[in-house]
Amino acid sequence: MLKQMEGSRAVAEAVALCRPEVICAYPISPQTHIVEALGELVKEGALTPCEFINVESEFAAMSVAIGSSATGARTYTATASQGLLFMAEAVYNASGLGLPIVMTVANRAIGAPINIWNDHSDALSQRDSGWLQIFAETNQEALDLHIQAFRLAEELSLPIMVCMDGFILTHAYERVDMPTQEQVDAYLPKYEPRQVLDPADPVSIGAMVGPEAFMEVRYLAHAKQMEALKLIPEYAAEFKAVFGRDSGGLVHTYKADDADTIVVAMGSVLGTIKDVVDEMREAGHKIGVLGITLFRPFPIAQVREALRHAKRVVVLEKSLAVGLGGILSTNVGMALAAQPVDVYTVVAGLGGRSITMRSLHALFRKAEKNDLDPLTFLDLNRGVVDKQLERERATRRSGPAAEAILRDIGVVAANIAQEAP
Amino acid sequence: MSFQPVKFYQTGTFTVGNRLLPPEERSVQSQEKRYNSINSGHRACQGCGEALGARYAIDAAMEATNGRLICANATGCLEVFSTPYPETSWQLPWIHSLFGNTAAVATGIAAALKVKRRQGERRNIRVVAQGGDGGTTDIGFGCLSGMFERNDDVLYICYDNQGYMNTGIQRSSATPPAARTATTMAVGPEPGNVFGQGKFLPAIAMAHDIPYVATATVADLRDLEAKVRRAMEFEGARYIHILVPCPLGWGTASHETIRIARLAKETGIFPVFEAEHGEVKSVVAIRRALPVEEYLRPQKRYAHLFGKTPQVEVIAKLQALADRNIKKYGLLDGGAR
Ligand SMILES: Cc1ncc(C[n+]2csc(CCOP(=O)(O)OP(=O)(O)O)c2C)c(N)n1
Ligand code: SF4
Ligand SMILES: [Mg+2]
Repeated sequence: MLKQMEGSRAVAEAVALCRPEVICAYPISPQTHIVEALGELVKEGALTPCEFINVESEFAAMSVAIGSSATGARTYTATASQGLLFMAEAVYNASGLGLPIVMTVANRAIGAPINIWNDHSDALSQRDSGWLQIFAETNQEALDLHIQAFRLAEELSLPIMVCMDGFILTHAYERVDMPTQEQVDAYLPKYEPRQVLDPADPVSIGAMVGPEAFMEVRYLAHAKQMEALKLIPEYAAEFKAVFGRDSGGLVHTYKADDADTIVVAMGSVLGTIKDVVDEMREAGHKIGVLGITLFRPFPIAQVREALRHAKRVVVLEKSLAVGLGGILSTNVGMALAAQPVDVYTVVAGLGGRSITMRSLHALFRKAEKNDLDPLTFLDLNRGVVDKQLERERATRRSGPAAEAILRDIGVVAANIAQEAP
Repeated sequence: MSFQPVKFYQTGTFTVGNRLLPPEERSVQSQEKRYNSINSGHRACQGCGEALGARYAIDAAMEATNGRLICANATGCLEVFSTPYPETSWQLPWIHSLFGNTAAVATGIAAALKVKRRQGERRNIRVVAQGGDGGTTDIGFGCLSGMFERNDDVLYICYDNQGYMNTGIQRSSATPPAARTATTMAVGPEPGNVFGQGKFLPAIAMAHDIPYVATATVADLRDLEAKVRRAMEFEGARYIHILVPCPLGWGTASHETIRIARLAKETGIFPVFEAEHGEVKSVVAIRRALPVEEYLRPQKRYAHLFGKTPQVEVIAKLQALADRNIKKYGLLDGGAR
């Protein structure tokens, strides 16, 4: 049924349709609306027998999820940013134990400086945690991916992060097609755990493993993730059969077949990029797009195939590997290792900085002329950075950097006491 | 239950063991068909109080639940010595997740069981969580307090050996003043652990007003078993704090574990009591009061107090801590006030 609703509400209703049994959460923007909506559904009895637990930290949220999943309950939680980092130890533990928890990550920057706006630093910090990671481009896709996520997680006995851009998607009102309970029931079978804590058949879970078997256990985690590369297209096809629309999958190309320049990105920014590509196509530019839906496992073969004929690849990512450059681009680079193609890394939109069509037009045109640095920071205010670097060279006690930069920019200058020159 | 009839020569005392007691008063451990929840063959040190405490407590909890029990275990000696795979000692469903999250994992298990119960599956299963003092009073404290505050249906048992033993005997917030550990060495002007404010978790648990809080030692098997049994009669969050001497960390002889634990109770340095809904309900009285020195002297972790020039002032300060317990909990008269 078509409905106009907030992205968070859409995700909450989709999760509810999946008949979760235990939901635990700790609030953090921009995840809050999702768990608030689920909390309300549980409280009013719409999700009985589901339990909703308000925990005292994200570390506890993931730990409660570990306990309930290991006891055979379909388990869901959601977080973002600092919350994801706060639970990091348990995030690795959940995947190490092979527990099919589904978690929404409402992507948000990581501090310091504290910042509530969108980028992908949070999810990407956990890229090697053993969780599957899928990125939604639209609210419809976010909704659909959650339904697919439970299916995938439970089939593989691996946890999944469904990543959706904080605010840009979570807080955007859009029209979505909300499936019926019958459709979801037809698509998502009852959860059959591979391992369960049950006095009828006692097992030890999480025992110590030494050098004699640790490599094999870790390899198994890798091998199981690789299985997802085969399963995801199958499940996406089945999804289409039941729900009547394309959603999910590994990667998606847009006007890429004959493109000399292909822009690679993840998440909601793909919409803006496609609009720019449409305009450039009209002006005769041979440019296309590769959207990455599945980030872990990384679909190397599909990325390579999609970029096979490209002369240059521009990876536009909302993340930064400090001291190296790109994270997504490093992964794309691995897919292109043997190919004679220029890969440009563009770090953009950190901490919610707008990625405008105007900037993208200029950026892509520069790329087409091979006039782009290998690593570009889109719309970086170089002036304030240089000023701060100069200040640090000149004064030992240069003070907190972020505050100095804000003062230079003048955004908050009116509100703070001005220093004597 | 197998029952060996014997002639009674003496009654009203436990000194000659179980044989003189009627079957219903015998300890769980004395039964031929006890659960043996932790099988033999694990790798604890000889005389490990934690291994003993866990065996007593979990067997008693199994008895109380007819074997319908799930256990969550924190990282620490107990987890390490009992599991290197595939030689797990555990005869009940058991999970180890992390060092600091055991109470929360148990909350998750309890929540899932609640759901399953509503679905008509796996009824009447209870949850016990367990960890060392480090996993309880330090790194796991947040999760534990959260579990208490929500009053989740979990019995949490802390095996207090007063230090991070698994990593090589470092100080925890449960390490007593003056005790030597690897991070509070017996050197400098104030050797051993500092005299801080203390962090007595049973009192903090009581401050949450949870249904049941108790302390026990491995010296009194029946008291410990009775407390576990009592704990299982309540719904909601329950906490039992068991003093478990560690021969390796305390520098005591392996065969002295029980005696040391008894001395901790008899000197008043470790108060043994139980509380319901935040109120002390009973205390185990000191039978024959002894000075703390009797407790300290056999432990090498206090050896620096008994050198050529005994540290009388430090010993007096430790005695004052015991005296404070005796007064606060009424240990000499069994809590009569
Ligand atoms: C997050 C984390 N920090 C530190 C450790 C290392 N560590 C493992 S067991 C342990 C000590 C356990 O002490 P306690 O809880 O008192 O149990 P005990 O071994 O004394 O029985 C420590 C510090 C860890 N495993 N995880
Ligand atoms: S170090 Fe202490 S607690 Fe650990 S196994 Fe040995 S005696 Fe037990
Ligand atoms: Mg300890």
